[in-house]
Amino acid sequence: MAQADITQDTGADGRLDKLTTADGTPLKVSIRRAMRRNKLIAFGLTAPLLFFIVFSFLMPIFDMASRSVENHQIPEAMPRTVAVLEGWNGQEVPGEAAFEALALDIQEGQRTRTIGRAATRLNYQEAGMRSLIMGSARRADQLEPPYKQALLEVDDDWGDLDVWRLIKRESGYYTASYYLNAIDLTYSDTGEIVAQPEYRQIYVMLFVRTLWMSALITGLALLLGFPVAHLLATLPARHANLLMILVLLPFWTSLLVRTTTWIVVLQTEGVLNDMMVWLGVISDDGRLQMIYNQIGTIVAMTQILLPFMILPLYSVMKGISPSYMRAAKSLGARPPVAFWRVYVPQTIPGMGAGGILVFILAIGYYITPALVGGQSGQLISNYIAYHMQQSLNWGLAAAIGTILLAGVLLLYATYNRIVGIDNMKLG
Amino acid sequence: MSQDNIVEFNHVQKSYDGETLVVKDLNLHVARGEFLTLLGPSGSGKTTVLMMLAGFEVPTHGEILLNGTPINAVPPHKRGIGMVFQNYALFPHMTVAENLRFPLDVRKISRADAEKKVQRALDMVRLGQFGNRRPGQLSGGQQQRVAVARALVFDPDLVLMDEPLGALDKNLREEMQLEIKHIHEQLGVSVVYVTHDQSEALTMSNRIAVFDDGVIQQLAAPDMLYEEPDNAFVAYFIGENNRLHGIVKQVNGKSCEVELENNGGTVKALPVNVAGEGQRTTLSLRPERVEVNPTNGIDNSFDARVEELIYLGDHIRTRVRVCGNDEFVIKIPNAHGHARINRGDTVKVGWALQDCRALDA
Ligand SMILES: Nc1ncnc2c1ncn2[C@@H]1O[C@H](COP(=O)(O)OP(=O)(O)OP(=O)(O)O)[C@@H](O)[C@H]1O
Ligand SMILES: [Mg+2]
Repeated sequence: MAQADITQDTGADGRLDKLTTADGTPLKVSIRRAMRRNKLIAFGLTAPLLFFIVFSFLMPIFDMASRSVENHQIPEAMPRTVAVLEGWNGQEVPGEAAFEALALDIQEGQRTRTIGRAATRLNYQEAGMRSLIMGSARRADQLEPPYKQALLEVDDDWGDLDVWRLIKRESGYYTASYYLNAIDLTYSDTGEIVAQPEYRQIYVMLFVRTLWMSALITGLALLLGFPVAHLLATLPARHANLLMILVLLPFWTSLLVRTTTWIVVLQTEGVLNDMMVWLGVISDDGRLQMIYNQIGTIVAMTQILLPFMILPLYSVMKGISPSYMRAAKSLGARPPVAFWRVYVPQTIPGMGAGGILVFILAIGYYITPALVGGQSGQLISNYIAYHMQQSLNWGLAAAIGTILLAGVLLLYATYNRIVGIDNMKLG
Repeated sequence: MSQDNIVEFNHVQKSYDGETLVVKDLNLHVARGEFLTLLGPSGSGKTTVLMMLAGFEVPTHGEILLNGTPINAVPPHKRGIGMVFQNYALFPHMTVAENLRFPLDVRKISRADAEKKVQRALDMVRLGQFGNRRPGQLSGGQQQRVAVARALVFDPDLVLMDEPLGALDKNLREEMQLEIKHIHEQLGVSVVYVTHDQSEALTMSNRIAVFDDGVIQQLAAPDMLYEEPDNAFVAYFIGENNRLHGIVKQVNGKSCEVELENNGGTVKALPVNVAGEGQRTTLSLRPERVEVNPTNGIDNSFDARVEELIYLGDHIRTRVRVCGNDEFVIKIPNAHGHARINRGDTVKVGWALQDCRALDA
């Protein structure tokens, strides 16, 4: 490395020209050279984490986001049909050319076993499409020209204009229909965007429910967590440690155990109802339904997410010197006024951090509502899980998930604008 | 109970743990308009006294009067005492002006009046332009001034300051000492000030209470404290001081003879705080009161061997070995014709009887 002693080149007019080190290299260059090594070392140390994040976090998110618009099944399994339909006006059932293309696609798809995917894909949009296509595929080798007649004989639904419109609409490599479905919209038979029929409208309601229940849970967690955090921060160390263990205890027990414990406590024949009956607060046949509904979800999730509120609050409160409260009192403020005007505003970074943490965790929560939420306590994530595992409509699951992710990012950005992320303290 | 005392501590005791007394039988009167400093080493109970006065700690025993009325049961916010904290305790989420308006707001003072008072207070500490800043955007000295302004803005009769300058560097501290002193003189408020810095106490105070071990060792004006310390602790704590240990041989009225240990010889001294003949005593002698080559007839005169000379500009600090003590310090003023001495020389040193105070052992 270059010598540290520095000479100054002074220009002819006596002005300071450029700083160089003793061996004549410009100072900036040698600083950059010296820093490069440090940067390389720093990068080397963080590289494993970087790769891990890319593979386990960024790529899955990207993959999910792309699944929500991807539609390769149809152009890949039915290339001939797609090509012919390109020139179709969509006004009446297409002619023999389209039917021939369809028949060939089905025959080939049946051989290569790719037609099923297209059938499933179309079935997401219109129930019955899968059985129509797969029914025809099973009898693919019997299809002879003229194909129109042959296919109509197999299933006269092929004469339905809407079937052809649907195939044409979903023939691109990308589709918006998952997103439309995720917000309870769909294409009408004529291709306009319209609301889903009422009996199929569910996701907007679920989004709204997820938002207000998460907000409520966040509010409850703040209400319950604030005094605990305050106690933690002000109690003498010995008692504070014990309390801290109690706060952290939930982290050391399984989520499932904790959730099922709530079932024991809250169910109609459960501890709480028994106690209220025993105390005479309610009659034996007036037992309250406190689980398998929204109450169950709210109670259990509030308890489970409470530590995520308490810990950031605690870390902020720990840093607030008691002399602020003393100063406020010495200036003439009654203790409640001092608390409200001097203490509480200083805990805002903690409230923000805890609030955002709990809210974001809550809108993505899944196990607890699934176990104790019944029907009315299900959140949007439960439907993401349903589409991932039961209906296998990954595209829709991805669309809902992406909307949720966008919502979280939006929330984060808003928070940043209003409070400032650097004001947030997580610990 | 005189109305001229704004604060009176009567037999106040304080224990935190029920085992040791942090403040032992404190009797202290603060006169109206006075600047009184509590000075003492760390852990001597200064902050505790201040906290009891502010109402954040409860006396274990005894009574505190404010303006003649007992305030043991009055909560802090009703005492109307201004307070400056060591770390300033400016509210970080409020601007400087909002900080100053806080005590006025809680007193329900009208907006217009409050604005006026805030501006006046800011001007007083020469921060008129800084009202819109956050405390975090001010330097340490500026924050300190805001803290002072905030403690004064609601016109309290009494202001308490707990080591308010502790966090500042030396130059700024000296500047602020004078500034606070001038504000005190201007406004005529009473100030109880806590510090462990003796020069700060000497600079600012009307009277200083020297604390040690929960007891006031001496309460006096700065010059009295320096020149006439009552006991060895005060002499040692305030200013530099040569200490000689010995046994009182003879006391006759205004003078006594003390035989020094280590065969140091016999010294004539002023008996201030001696237990009696035959008892141990500590002699206290300020370095600047020792003469080199003294005039004939001085009360005490000894041969001293020069061990070390330190040039300090305005004076030369000279360490000599005399009376069996080689930590004996003399300050030779750097004036025309001052004694020229070298290391290893033997010189005559002497001091007057009145300057050599015989104190407790
Ligand atoms: N809240 C408390 N609980 C228990 N003991 C305390 C408490 N506050 C102070 N003490 C003890 O009381 C004694 C006096 O403390 P105090 O704070 O009054 O000293 P001080 O003179 O202000 O010292 P310093 O110059 O270091 O600030 C110390 O021994 C201290 O340990
Ligand atoms: Mg103190």
